[in-house]
Amino acid sequence: MGVVVENTDLSLKLAGHFNDVKEKLFLNSPDVINAHRQKAFQDFVSQGIPTRKNESYKYTDLQPTFMPDYTFIHEKGGGDVALHEIFKCDVPQLDTYMVLLQNGWFYDQDSRTGVLPEGVIMDSLENVAKQQPELIEKYYAALAKSEDDPLIALNTAFAKDGYLLYIPANVEIAKPLQIINLLKSDTDAFITQRNLVIAEPGAKVNLIICDHTLNSNKYLSNSVTEIHIGENAQVDYYVLQNQHNDSASLNTVCIRQGNDSTVRTNTVSLHGGLIRNSLKVVLDGENAEAGIFGMAFMDRRQHIDNFTRIIHAKPHCQSTQVYKNVMDDKSSGAFSGLIHVVRDAQKINAFQRNNNLLLTDEATMHTKPQLIIDADDVKCSHGATVGQIDNEALFYLRTRGIGEKEAMLMMMNAFTHEVVQEIKVVPLRERIDELISRRLNGEVARCHECAYDCDS
Amino acid sequence: MLTVKDLYVSVDGKEILKGINLEVKPGEVHAIMGPNGSGKSTLANVLAGKEEYEVISGSVSFLNNDLLEMSPENRARNGLFLGFQYPVEIPGVSMVNFMKAAVNELRKFRGEKPLTAGAFLKLMREKKELVELDTQLTNRSVNEGFSGGEKKKNEIFQMAMLEPKLAILDETDSGLDIDALKIVARGVNALKSSESSTIVVTHYQRLLDYIVPDFVHVLYDGRIVKSSGKELALELEAKGYDWIKKENGS
Ligand SMILES: Nc1ncnc2c1ncn2[C@@H]1O[C@H](COP(=O)(O)OP(=O)(O)OP(=O)(O)O)[C@@H](O)[C@H]1O
Ligand SMILES: [Mg+2]
Repeated sequence: MGVVVENTDLSLKLAGHFNDVKEKLFLNSPDVINAHRQKAFQDFVSQGIPTRKNESYKYTDLQPTFMPDYTFIHEKGGGDVALHEIFKCDVPQLDTYMVLLQNGWFYDQDSRTGVLPEGVIMDSLENVAKQQPELIEKYYAALAKSEDDPLIALNTAFAKDGYLLYIPANVEIAKPLQIINLLKSDTDAFITQRNLVIAEPGAKVNLIICDHTLNSNKYLSNSVTEIHIGENAQVDYYVLQNQHNDSASLNTVCIRQGNDSTVRTNTVSLHGGLIRNSLKVVLDGENAEAGIFGMAFMDRRQHIDNFTRIIHAKPHCQSTQVYKNVMDDKSSGAFSGLIHVVRDAQKINAFQRNNNLLLTDEATMHTKPQLIIDADDVKCSHGATVGQIDNEALFYLRTRGIGEKEAMLMMMNAFTHEVVQEIKVVPLRERIDELISRRLNGEVARCHECAYDCDS
Repeated sequence: MLTVKDLYVSVDGKEILKGINLEVKPGEVHAIMGPNGSGKSTLANVLAGKEEYEVISGSVSFLNNDLLEMSPENRARNGLFLGFQYPVEIPGVSMVNFMKAAVNELRKFRGEKPLTAGAFLKLMREKKELVELDTQLTNRSVNEGFSGGEKKKNEIFQMAMLEPKLAILDETDSGLDIDALKIVARGVNALKSSESSTIVVTHYQRLLDYIVPDFVHVLYDGRIVKSSGKELALELEAKGYDWIKKENGS
């Protein structure tokens, strides 16, 4: 007989934990971060762990995810492991500045990957918040509001560290900056990571985020990233999610764009137990442009939920969203995409599409576009498809001598091609192309040779 | 080369081929004609290995192999080629990658090394010239946005790349202008040898002016009801199919 655990019990358990460790959370933390902690906690208590009755979480049941007894990691680990030795990026042509985080804590930048341009800060959020609070004060928790969302509230209540990236005005970082998030703990672990990116006017950066699990323990990671993009600045934000089947990865990214700025995000979900990507982009300046792309490759009982909200707050802007999912076995997924054009934000072009390829009858996909248009001079379109592999095309390829498996691969690669093309860092695009092929081929695609075997 | 014996085939429980017998020897050209819906494409697709068609009874041997036991890709690797009546568009799969995969699968099957990039491009160029295929077309996705005639030329281009032992061309002449028709015929004739055979499915005598058949068969209501020399095509062109239908009791 099963024990029915009420959502409130789980929420209470988390709240109890907060009270237990409260002192430790406040201790040693910078004021900038502590200032939001108590209110965030109250916001979490009043919202609770989201249930599917919450419209924003309709397609993802987080109850089983929060159920296990995790160890909370509120302190930085000893750093006993030489992380740089574990990882040797096997893409030599992918020349990046590499930064490592373990269990949400900033570890360091691999000095061998070069010195960042002058004035650029890439460091532990905790450190910078202590030493230069004036730098982040007005940005921290400015976009991710704890009253808006329980996961943001939970993150803000527990936040200790993460990375901070500051790019001064008119500085272009030519080489991509690669941020590697590693999960590795001796026990099942609950990870909180808080990141902040500030791109001053005219700044330019390509960010590559790689999420990995390093052993087979259960992980629940709840991360929040705020990205402030100043006038005429440009941020490319590529995410490669590659975690094992027992991991739950909850990611909230909030972006604000100024005049003439450009953002491009591309979220590649290669592997993971449960992945929820919540992305909010506020085009808060004229002539801003947002390209929001994503693709997921799910199998077994994996679950992917991409939840996007594009807010057109100012006129003369353009947004494009394309998400593609390949769903195998009994995997499940959802795409919910909101486009909101606020009053008087005229001359807006907003486009959204979600295409899904179901490889089995048991795979499921929910797709839910939503348009709220409060201006009249707006071009807005959306479309969604859920379909199977085209058997006629498959037969055609096979009659030319191409084996069934290879032909399937060609078709699946063709399906995601459009999104892959949007990766503008060419070596990264080629690398991801290869990872996708390996993923579709049934090989686990790790982007690093690591000394650890994680059963995926 | 190919021996079809008493082949019965149905789709969705509907019997379409009702006892086909056909013998194609190396070096021969066979033409199959017949009214719309008589089962010509069904026969072609069954030979290529389309799974939707259910073989009820009968046998097919191809180069002494049991063809019906083979996967579509193995049929192709053993030298069978189908030029489709309606070539399918495959967005996102580039012509170049498609052809490279096909050529190299074939080479692998024969125990040969994959072609180098240079050798492959040279081969592509040669064969494109042979069928006067617009160079731009091979920079696109397979058949995507190709005109009707371009799709048919693309089938012959693929055939030229793969050099099959038995080519089955299902109405490759439909939708072609006179010049294109000659080019297609040239492509077919260039591949002709004493070792290779061709089956052309067509409605028109004019193709047979360029690809001269050794035998002409009439397929009617799932059976080959008449077989003769090339003069049969002329007779059909002049008289239509009514007399055939009458002879076969309808
Ligand atoms: N998948 C299918 N499902 C149901 N009926 C089918 C299917 N494929 C073929 N048929 C039927 O089988 C019969 C023969 O079709 P087929 O395409 O072989 O004719 P054909 O001789 O090639 O005609 P055409 O000259 O018009 O190309 C037709 O009545 C057709 O409707
Ligand atoms: Mg036909």
